[in-house]
Amino acid sequence: MSESRQQKKRLDDEKSAKSYAEVAGLLAKIVEALEKGFVELYNIELELDEVELKMPLPVAEALPIPIAVAPPPQKVVEAKPEIQAGVAVAKAVEVIAKKVVELMKMSFEEPKAKFGGKVVEVRMGATKSDGGTRDTVIVLGGHELPPYYYLAGYKPPHPPAFGGDTFDMRIGLPRAVRQAFGDALDNPEEWARVWVKKFGAEAIDIHLVSTDPTIKNASPEEAVKTVDKILQVVKVPIVVGGSGNPEKDVAVFNAVANAFPSEGLVINSLNLDMDLEKVCPNIAKTNAVVIDFSPMSVEKAEEINRKVYTWIPRNRIILDLNIGGIGYGTEYGFTTMERARLGALMGNDLLQHPFNVGAANAWGAREAWMTMDQYWGPKEIRGPLWETLTCVICLLAGADYFMVLHPLTMKVLKSLREYLFSEPKPREPEKALSWLSAKLPVV
Amino acid sequence: MPWKPPTPIEVYQLLPKTNCGKCGEPNCMAFAVKLVNFDATVEQCPPLVEDKSYAESLQKLRALLSPPVREVVVKSSKKVVKIGGEYVMYRHELRYMNPAAIAIDVDDSMDKDTILKRVETIEKFEYEYVGRKLKLDLIAVRSVTNDPKQFAKTVQIVAENSSLPLILCSTNPTVIEAGFNVLPQEHRPLIYAATKDNWRDMAELSKRFDAPLAIASPGDLDTLVSLVATLSEGLGLNDLVLDPGTFVGLNGLAYTVKAFTWLRHKAANDLWKYAGYPLIGTPISVWTQLEGDVMDKMWWEAIMATLLMTRYADVLIMHSLDGWVLLPQVMWRFQLYTDPRKPVAVPAGVREIGKPDEKSPVLVTTNYALTYSIVLSDVEKAKVNAWLVVVDTEGLAVDVAVAGRKFTGEKVAEVIKAAELDKKVKYKVLIIPGKAARVSGDVEDATGWKVVVGPMDSSEIGKFIEKMWTEDKLKELIGQ
Repeated sequence: MSESRQQKKRLDDEKSAKSYAEVAGLLAKIVEALEKGFVELYNIELELDEVELKMPLPVAEALPIPIAVAPPPQKVVEAKPEIQAGVAVAKAVEVIAKKVVELMKMSFEEPKAKFGGKVVEVRMGATKSDGGTRDTVIVLGGHELPPYYYLAGYKPPHPPAFGGDTFDMRIGLPRAVRQAFGDALDNPEEWARVWVKKFGAEAIDIHLVSTDPTIKNASPEEAVKTVDKILQVVKVPIVVGGSGNPEKDVAVFNAVANAFPSEGLVINSLNLDMDLEKVCPNIAKTNAVVIDFSPMSVEKAEEINRKVYTWIPRNRIILDLNIGGIGYGTEYGFTTMERARLGALMGNDLLQHPFNVGAANAWGAREAWMTMDQYWGPKEIRGPLWETLTCVICLLAGADYFMVLHPLTMKVLKSLREYLFSEPKPREPEKALSWLSAKLPVV
Repeated sequence: MPWKPPTPIEVYQLLPKTNCGKCGEPNCMAFAVKLVNFDATVEQCPPLVEDKSYAESLQKLRALLSPPVREVVVKSSKKVVKIGGEYVMYRHELRYMNPAAIAIDVDDSMDKDTILKRVETIEKFEYEYVGRKLKLDLIAVRSVTNDPKQFAKTVQIVAENSSLPLILCSTNPTVIEAGFNVLPQEHRPLIYAATKDNWRDMAELSKRFDAPLAIASPGDLDTLVSLVATLSEGLGLNDLVLDPGTFVGLNGLAYTVKAFTWLRHKAANDLWKYAGYPLIGTPISVWTQLEGDVMDKMWWEAIMATLLMTRYADVLIMHSLDGWVLLPQVMWRFQLYTDPRKPVAVPAGVREIGKPDEKSPVLVTTNYALTYSIVLSDVEKAKVNAWLVVVDTEGLAVDVAVAGRKFTGEKVAEVIKAAELDKKVKYKVLIIPGKAARVSGDVEDATGWKVVVGPMDSSEIGKFIEKMWTEDKLKELIGQ
């Protein structure tokens, strides 16, 4: 038998044992006690006409149907005999004092933040006034508190931004993506145009996979041409991605940076396998931003940033800590981002950079692309959902820029951003519990 | 100040110090270390629990190790689900403890067949992932009719046909009471919920039936903590679960994120007792708060579930039963609740999949636990007998390991040599992952074996082997 059930039983026994006459007699005594002024002294108050009873806390706790309320704890055993008598009375009268409890009023004080660090502000893209040809620029970072804490008086300076992925050649893409872009996939300019015009991409990521020596080994000059075409066709900031081959990327990035020194390009990405001294000085001469890539390691992030600082100012560096799709290492990327951001806010200036997220990684999860048993739904839904949810997780870890593969992810992320950046007040609090009793469609 | 674990010395002082070994450790100090790392519980020390003379130490130990977020237990006759019991706000500060429990609803306006079908789907939900079975945890019974009899009937059907613990959902105490009256004694459901209007009666039920009680105070944290103080200190109810309100979209998603964050911050970082309870989120709210068709609602319910789970929810009530909504939730939950302090690598070496012989293929992968498990399961699924060379990439996945120069010819050669694999197989051919294509030359040079670049994803291994692992192809390959 549980403790509370035992208590209940005890109470029942006590109840039956006491005659109404006894109760009445005790009530008379407590009135007497009250008149003698113990009420004020010990903060016990009895208003018999309303059968209302208030007791100090620990006393209340000792009672089977405890009677709440109010200030400083006072142990019954230490109380004067008269008060002990009063408590006995209270025990007896609780039968009729069942509905007497009042709410203890408490207020919720908002958490106090204790951070001193600040994430640098990084500007992607350059307008005419900065010597570029972009119509829009994106500013990321500037955070002084962990993401989505909503402390009064603090407004996160820059919301996250979302760019659309394009590739400079046909690669194996999931059907859900092929359906969304159709023939545009054969032409990165058209792809970029559709992204911006139709799906509201705020930047374009052009991944120059054809430059990979093991794929087409396209020359840096060809890469420059591709970037030029993208710059012509869309007027949002452009993120230029290499092939991932450390030697070739150095050549490609140098060529692209030299060709477009004032467009505020974002170079994606630098890593510790690269000959950084062969590429950074060149980029430094332009107004390009770089993404430092440190897969799931705070320590390596510090290392690469420290190196890159040699040439490139801090406010032109974005950090990519990598992410895996749900089921495939998401927790490592998530926790690395949380650690890095907290470190940054606590004053570690090697980590004070906005985060980039390559959301397309989410499609690497088998559950995002595999045909599965019917119960798990079509892969055309699972794919975009996987990308979306992976982004939601990164968003909460504080990620700033998202390279997105599917338009549905883009759409949802933009809605989510609007919701998260609205005033943190419910519009119709009374509707919150409507789910409790609503008849819902059976799905 | 965030919660800090006690030191092993502090814990050791309170142990019997007899080194009796009944806990399975060589001595009390070793057990103390396990306790502070949460790899053991005090109950694993029999003398401490059984010998009355240690009663005081036991109590002190429990207090030392008790979490700032109370652990609340719900159960059925067959299953126990623990919720809360959390110590930290951020995973990397220690680890998260009890995986967020996912409840699916049934309601008392559904006909019996519908209820039975739903219950069956909930019970049968299972997804196998890295060798674990991912499942759903609870059934939330909602009162739509507000009729106590109808609710009791529904609760009875569910209890008789399900192994899972329940959440009884109504703000009408009479309805909840009717549910309790038909529930077998062994059940300990969560009551959802006490509000500012019904809390006296709900508290009475919670006490009478010894069942945990959720407090719902949507949009009002002051009232929420006032109710907590009243119910806990005033009425002696300690098994509480808090719902600050799940708002969707522009209705107040930002508020929900704020409220969950603030509550967990106050509990874990300020150790403020009035916030120190598990949090319950209701992604099911999208069904009444969101306009749009059924697909939209399911889509946003999935988003809300992931968002709430990531922001500290310890229990979720959901309505969608479709696999695609729930699958990412149970997978993300598994990941979120793994221990970030534990190495995720499996030992390097050569493993046998099935019953490989001298003519079986040799596959190469990394020692990242996840990669290893997936490759293993894919090869097993394809019913291929093979040798699996597990390379020590320091727990990195293939692409990351290749980029980080942890997947090298030398490392592959090391494993082959140590296992004397060259004596076990006839064809000195290695199949390396598609994502490691870049290092194929390096592996050939270092091992002297012929390298074949395999598929990009291990789920294609079956097909790949079927196509290329034939006597003819192999002879061609090694030039015999």
